[in-house]
Amino acid sequence: MVVPSLKLQDLIEEIRGAKTQAQEREVIQKECAHIRASFRDGDPLHRHRQLAKLLYVHMLGYPAHFGQMECLKLIASPRFSDKRMGYLGAMLLLDERQDAHLLITNSIKNDLSQGSQPVQGLALCTLSTVGSAEMCRDLATEVEKLLLQPSPYVRKKAVLTAVHMIRKVPELSNIFLPPCAQLLQERHHGILLGTITLITELCEGSPAALRHFRKVVPQLVEILRTLVTSGYSAEHSISGVSDPFLQVQILRLLRILGRNHEDSSETMNDLLAQVATNTETSRNAGNAVLLETVLTIMDIRSAAGLRVLAVNILGRFLLNSDKNIRYVALTSLLRLVQSDHSAVQRHRSTVVECLQEPDTSLSRRALELSLALVNSSNVRSMTRELQGFLESCPPDLRADCASGILLAAERFAPTKRWHIDTILHVLTTAGTHVRDDAVANLTQLIGGAQELHAYSVCRLYSALAEDISQQPLVQVAAWCIGEYGDLLLEGSCEETEPLQVEEEEVLVLLEKVLQSHMSLPATRGYALTALMKLSTRLRGDNNRIRQVVSIYGSCLDVELQQRAVEYNTLFRKYDHMRAAILEKMPLMERGGPQVDEEAEESKEARLSEAAPVPTEPQASKLLDLLDLLDGTSGDSQHPPLDPSPGGTLVHLLDLPCAPPALAPIPNVKVFEREGLQLNLSFARPSEIPALLLITATATNSSGSDVTHFVCQAAVPKSIQLQLQAPSGDTVPAQGGLPITQLLRILNPNKAPLRLKLRLTYNHFGQSVQEIFEVNNLPLETWQ
Amino acid sequence: MIQAIMVFNNHGKPRLVRFYQRFPEEIQQQIVRETFHLVLKRDDNICNFLEGGSLIGGSDYKLIYRHYATLYFVFCVDSSESELGILDLIQVFVETLDKCFENVCELDLIFHMDKVHYILQEVVMGGMVLETNMNEIVAQIEAQNRLEKSEGGLSAAPARAVSAVKNINLPEIPRNINIGDLNIKVPNLSPFV
Repeated sequence: MVVPSLKLQDLIEEIRGAKTQAQEREVIQKECAHIRASFRDGDPLHRHRQLAKLLYVHMLGYPAHFGQMECLKLIASPRFSDKRMGYLGAMLLLDERQDAHLLITNSIKNDLSQGSQPVQGLALCTLSTVGSAEMCRDLATEVEKLLLQPSPYVRKKAVLTAVHMIRKVPELSNIFLPPCAQLLQERHHGILLGTITLITELCEGSPAALRHFRKVVPQLVEILRTLVTSGYSAEHSISGVSDPFLQVQILRLLRILGRNHEDSSETMNDLLAQVATNTETSRNAGNAVLLETVLTIMDIRSAAGLRVLAVNILGRFLLNSDKNIRYVALTSLLRLVQSDHSAVQRHRSTVVECLQEPDTSLSRRALELSLALVNSSNVRSMTRELQGFLESCPPDLRADCASGILLAAERFAPTKRWHIDTILHVLTTAGTHVRDDAVANLTQLIGGAQELHAYSVCRLYSALAEDISQQPLVQVAAWCIGEYGDLLLEGSCEETEPLQVEEEEVLVLLEKVLQSHMSLPATRGYALTALMKLSTRLRGDNNRIRQVVSIYGSCLDVELQQRAVEYNTLFRKYDHMRAAILEKMPLMERGGPQVDEEAEESKEARLSEAAPVPTEPQASKLLDLLDLLDGTSGDSQHPPLDPSPGGTLVHLLDLPCAPPALAPIPNVKVFEREGLQLNLSFARPSEIPALLLITATATNSSGSDVTHFVCQAAVPKSIQLQLQAPSGDTVPAQGGLPITQLLRILNPNKAPLRLKLRLTYNHFGQSVQEIFEVNNLPLETWQ
Repeated sequence: MIQAIMVFNNHGKPRLVRFYQRFPEEIQQQIVRETFHLVLKRDDNICNFLEGGSLIGGSDYKLIYRHYATLYFVFCVDSSESELGILDLIQVFVETLDKCFENVCELDLIFHMDKVHYILQEVVMGGMVLETNMNEIVAQIEAQNRLEKSEGGLSAAPARAVSAVKNINLPEIPRNINIGDLNIKVPNLSPFV
């Protein structure tokens, strides 16, 4: 009995009836099995219904690739319902990467030329959605014919299909450019909309087309004017604005045509003013048109008065209660801020208010715009606003806000103290979100502002005492305390409240940083070095510091351990030099990461040049490098190293790269019989790489002499062989003097070396002849 | 250009999914889920624009959505489309659905997914806006529906049923069935065979 197949509605009912995901999967899998069987049987009557079901489950995420060939069969069917379903399936299931895709080209061609209007519409729709470059080339002429057909339904679809074709195959613009002039004269809005899109695509694709279409600017102006001034037309109007979609498209095209072109811009001026003033702004449609008008005015060479009008409209938008309008206004102002900076500045206060929006889309836009509006005159107030925003903003905007503030501060800081304050504030509020070079920048800044050393260190100390979790802040604070610890203890800073700090407190704080699990290894490095520097700055004894430093001599972190060991050594062996080494640092140059380390290295280098004996830790480092080098280069020669540490680095890099000596090729035993042995030894002089010298040595360990020994050799044709005269033809018994013979082989092509040897000799009263090929030639003989 | 149009309900179940840019199948499903999560986070009184999720292309694309009762209509567009214009386009599409289905609700979209696709094809084609005049769109859809009805479908079903029965090979039917005391006269079925 034939089970009737489920209708689409019934299947959907069943799927909705499933209570769990597993049940749904079961239902769908069962049905898919039915569908597959039905496709196999080739039932034409129900094919479109089966495909409909398949498309439904495809939308839910289940595999549907076995339906692709069915789409082809449906498209080829004469029935409209089949074609409709088949084309839909093709658009949803096929793409350029499937083979089935090309096979529909023929069906589309037939439908385009002979189908009824709805069928032509379907074919055009499919072509514009999944048409590949080859399909577009094949079918371009068909589509061109349809452009000038009487039915507006087909023409509007043909125009949009042309847009797709030009995107896929830009050369087709030649075919589709000429009909545009006639299409522009249509009155049907659908065709006009498509035509404007087509012209826009053509103009964006080629400057020649752009010039060509500047001629139609007056025509476009007329069309737009008719739209704007015509009365209420129920057909196309949306909330009282006639066909806002068409208006927006025309305005976009005018923008492209008028950009950088005086004459076109002239022609448009009046119309733009008219649209800007007359458009109804109470509903979304009107605002869409108005916004597009504003953007066009700002982009072309418009009159100054018009530009002012445009920016004022944007300003009004910013105050609109509709959030969408505010969003679009902020986006547009961001586009304009580069070109019309002063005009946008006028609305700065409104923009800043938008920072307080709860809607993250809006506040993000407002942030970008605020940062773009900071300049030297408003930097203080803007930074205050932005810092306020930083404290309360959502986490995904924090990083952008922090780096924005730091950047603005760098460009426009009125005073150094203000700059330091600002960076400090950012580090305390959003320290974990700042960029890595903020630390370097701040230390460099502080280092350069000598009058502010006391102030900075006091503020940093208070900040650190409150919170040791923000790593960039801790790093800078540690560095400052190390450098200017003496100023901190003096407490002589007038600009902040007097701070009475005891030495113990400072040490305790730094130790806390060292031990805290929140501190990164780099931070602990800073803290340790700071402690060390304090050993010269503080007046008390250094036992506590020495204790800490020696503890860290066995720290697991290698970097810390190394520092601690070096500092320990400074205490024990080089105490007399400690003060000099730990002096205040000179101003570093800006630029590149690791500025601190570089400066410290160069400072140490300078100091040790002054002292005749290089400090031990540094010397040991150098010797280690030398050892490494000695190990690798083996017997290669290098010039003796200059003992001065400053120049050593350069010398190491300057070492010549001696080529490695050629390893000798091993000897090969090629023949042995009754005590007579033939050995080959090889040599390849490096001056002539193609030359191989083989020395054949015949030795006799038997009790009888070998006489009349003759050795002949043969090699492949591509190799040249020269046999030189042997040293003799008798090998005496019991290890007597061997016979040696030199063979010269020239192998310029590096062909694989094959050697055939023929030996004839008399041994034990018998004449022997041996012919053999040498199998065990090492590769180095011919490679 | 419009990259994709998605309609899903408040629980994220897709009701209409149409891509105008090719994505592999698994990515399509992921995009729908990702979009749903992004849109769900939005309150009702904030703006209807969002940056696109990472799967669909990130901040080069915008998601413009409208929430109607139980359904979200989401259009993913690139920077060449006017955001406010797309909001109006979504409204046009929904109103057209309303006209075609007589007070459209979610069930209509569920059970007539193919018809919704056909209506969408009259509004947006190849990622570009084709027609925004509702009357034209509705007229076109009705013409196509009439075409489909006239070809076959339900009205042809009785004819097909008769031809199906004609094709069944019925064996010879006995005129009289005699089983014990029962005597059944079999009626003449020839007109139907």
